[in-house]
Amino acid sequence: MMKPSETGDVMAAVLPASAHSRLLMSGNDAVARAVWEAGVRVAAAYPGTPATEMLEVISTYPDLYAEWSVNEKVSLEVAFGAAMAGSRAFCAMKHVGMNVASDALMTMTLTGVAGGLVIAIADDVGLSSSQNEQDSRYWGRFAHVPVLEPSDSQEAYEFTLAAFELSERFQVPVILRMTTRICHVKGLVTVGERREQSVAGFTKDVARWVMVPGAAGRRLPLMFERENKLRAEAEGSKLNFVETGSDRRVGFIASGPAYMHVRESFPDAPVLKLGFSCPVPYDLVRAFSTQCDQLVVVEEVEPLIETEVKAQGIAVSGKDILPRSGELSPHVLKPAIARLLGEPLPDGVAATSRIAPMQVFPRPPTMCVACPHLGVYYTLAQLRNVTISGDIGCYTLGFGQPWNALDACISMGASMGMALGLDKGRADSEKDKKIVAVIGDSTFLHMGMQGLLDIVYNRGNVTVLLLDNRAVGMTGGQSNPGTGRDIHGEEAPRVDFVKLVKALGVRDERVHEVDPYELPTLFKTLRQETKIAEPSVIITNQPCVLVEHFHARKPFRVIDDKCTGCGNCVDVGCPAIHVTRRDKVIKPSGKEVTRSFVRIESPACTGCGLCLQPCAPDAIVPVETLSMPIHVVKMS
Amino acid sequence: MSGITNILVVGTGGQGVMTATEILAEAAIAFGHDVKKTEVAGMAQRGGVVSSHLRFGPKVLSPQISPGTADVLLGFEAAEGMRWRHMLRPTGLALMNTGRLVPPVVDIGLYDYPDDPVAEVRAAGTRVFSFDASAIAKELGDIRLGNTVMLGAISDYLPFSADVLEHCILKRFATKKPELIELNRRAFAAGRAAATQAAQAEVS
Repeated sequence: MMKPSETGDVMAAVLPASAHSRLLMSGNDAVARAVWEAGVRVAAAYPGTPATEMLEVISTYPDLYAEWSVNEKVSLEVAFGAAMAGSRAFCAMKHVGMNVASDALMTMTLTGVAGGLVIAIADDVGLSSSQNEQDSRYWGRFAHVPVLEPSDSQEAYEFTLAAFELSERFQVPVILRMTTRICHVKGLVTVGERREQSVAGFTKDVARWVMVPGAAGRRLPLMFERENKLRAEAEGSKLNFVETGSDRRVGFIASGPAYMHVRESFPDAPVLKLGFSCPVPYDLVRAFSTQCDQLVVVEEVEPLIETEVKAQGIAVSGKDILPRSGELSPHVLKPAIARLLGEPLPDGVAATSRIAPMQVFPRPPTMCVACPHLGVYYTLAQLRNVTISGDIGCYTLGFGQPWNALDACISMGASMGMALGLDKGRADSEKDKKIVAVIGDSTFLHMGMQGLLDIVYNRGNVTVLLLDNRAVGMTGGQSNPGTGRDIHGEEAPRVDFVKLVKALGVRDERVHEVDPYELPTLFKTLRQETKIAEPSVIITNQPCVLVEHFHARKPFRVIDDKCTGCGNCVDVGCPAIHVTRRDKVIKPSGKEVTRSFVRIESPACTGCGLCLQPCAPDAIVPVETLSMPIHVVKMS
Repeated sequence: MSGITNILVVGTGGQGVMTATEILAEAAIAFGHDVKKTEVAGMAQRGGVVSSHLRFGPKVLSPQISPGTADVLLGFEAAEGMRWRHMLRPTGLALMNTGRLVPPVVDIGLYDYPDDPVAEVRAAGTRVFSFDASAIAKELGDIRLGNTVMLGAISDYLPFSADVLEHCILKRFATKKPELIELNRRAFAAGRAAATQAAQAEVS
């Protein structure tokens, strides 16, 4: 038995831990630490899973400027501006964020940078919390910029430092490709100290910084020349290396977290690990190919390295034997390679693959107890002959049970444009159909404002529900220009949504601010506005229950004798309401109805009062004395 | 991979699964182990399924536990323990809270909650020690002590001493909420006793 060592506090600390500490860090923590150590002066991001914690943690470090930007494009432009000024700068986003930011990326690759600029893009491989699965390494090819792929927290830390060096040597933005299994996996990281960087300042150079066609055209050859030099750099980079192995039947080319799965599954196989994976070092691959009988490329999401290596005339397997989407793991790799070699499955894998998971109900994510969106979806569910155009946020969950009150969702801010299209493209048979768009405060500010402007300008017949809960709820309640707080929680200018939508051209009479806990008002306003054939905006004004502005009220309980089992309260969809008994009765009319008798989990109830509004027999009443004391026992 | 211990901690969003796993990781580090910890917790804050993987030993490569290779399954909620039973190796141990958290999809009648998750896991051939950690936590005054109760329960089934795990829990409160140290000490002891009692019941 080993003895416990005196490691002190192993947690990633709020105050920078001293150099040479060995800390338990997520990949996001590790990148944040390296950003601080690299002497970065400006860091910007818009929250997005699994990238959010990078900026959250960076904002706790001293001696740098950190911000939540309104969207990823702005965050990249802020970081680029700082890099033009000669400062080291950092920007983080989830994979879909780069779709928004790419307009800026595709031209900053021509100008290049003065101070180092590193862009961490976090791919949600396996879609744990995203609307699609994308491979951000494509941006390296598209924009002709290098891509580094760490495979654990220690590498996330080291590669971030290396990325800044690379960025400054080649005056190029560098992409750090993260995935969920890098961002959110915790492992031990040995850290160093911050090194302040001297900042040269902005050098006026219109031929470089003003990308008009002539100037941009002259920089294209420089970009391709740079790409060749970067490929040569990748050939000799210590981030790329070969591990020789005794079992040479299959050699693996692996990058990112897939490398760890390969190492674990095939400890005796030769591996070419590509940490600096774009541009692909072809000579290194060619030399490696001579060391083994056949090659398999193991990479997550797209067959990028695979396709490029094949184009060099080097035979490899890849996505032909491995899954086309989702995460890889030893459990996926071992059978695939056994099949390739025509061997039986390894004993352990064969045995475990026979154990089927037991059948249990699904447990989809739900809205929180007393969430202000509950009232909105309860009301929307009552509305007939309506198409509801949705957006990205907690309120996307309104598509589910019991509301079934959201009909479309694709990308940030899209609820606006989709709604206008649904209006203009409506079938002749749908002349009376109401079109409602639902969008949260942060998503509206991110990319929704332009869509609303388009609705107003083009005289659309759309009712917009702007759910202002004063937080980026889904990612954990971060600040935005609507919260009145900055990234540090300090007071900041707060946008006035009423004035904003009026300024976009929505008429005064068509703008309403409504308390989403007042169901009759909400319903009346929604019905009235959907009847009027012009743009209107209904702003709900209660905060997210997970942020500190939220104050719980006295909880409620159900008087059993009074509950008639009508089930109206269940339709609110609050997770504190539980059905205790269900039965069927025949009404005098001969109609069979299901009755659902309920109880309220009073310790969870925060007294929002939504459920008692549709309760016909007044069976829901305040709890007089709590059944148990409430302590705050939060292990942070 | 030899010398690697795989612990799978499962439950629902808000139960403290991730925090509990982090504390287990700290204890493993204190014993000089390499550690990797990972979650599948998409939108976990919204009451969804949370499974947290902890692997420790001389050198950990892949962070994920493969199905059929977990040494211990620590189930914070009865049906969740059942959901992840296939992750255990055939000789693995399931420590299951019998406490239930019924989701809205069951309340509105779309699905049924299993009658007896513990019995079903046992019938599938898995060794189970079960106890009502939620009731123990409530009795101590706060349902949120549940994760400390669960950590107490697993503390005698780890390749290191229970004392270090307890120390790792209590030091979290030392600076921020020292008044909660005693309560958590009691929750840890109660969880440990509950698992021991369940183990004895299993043998007899």
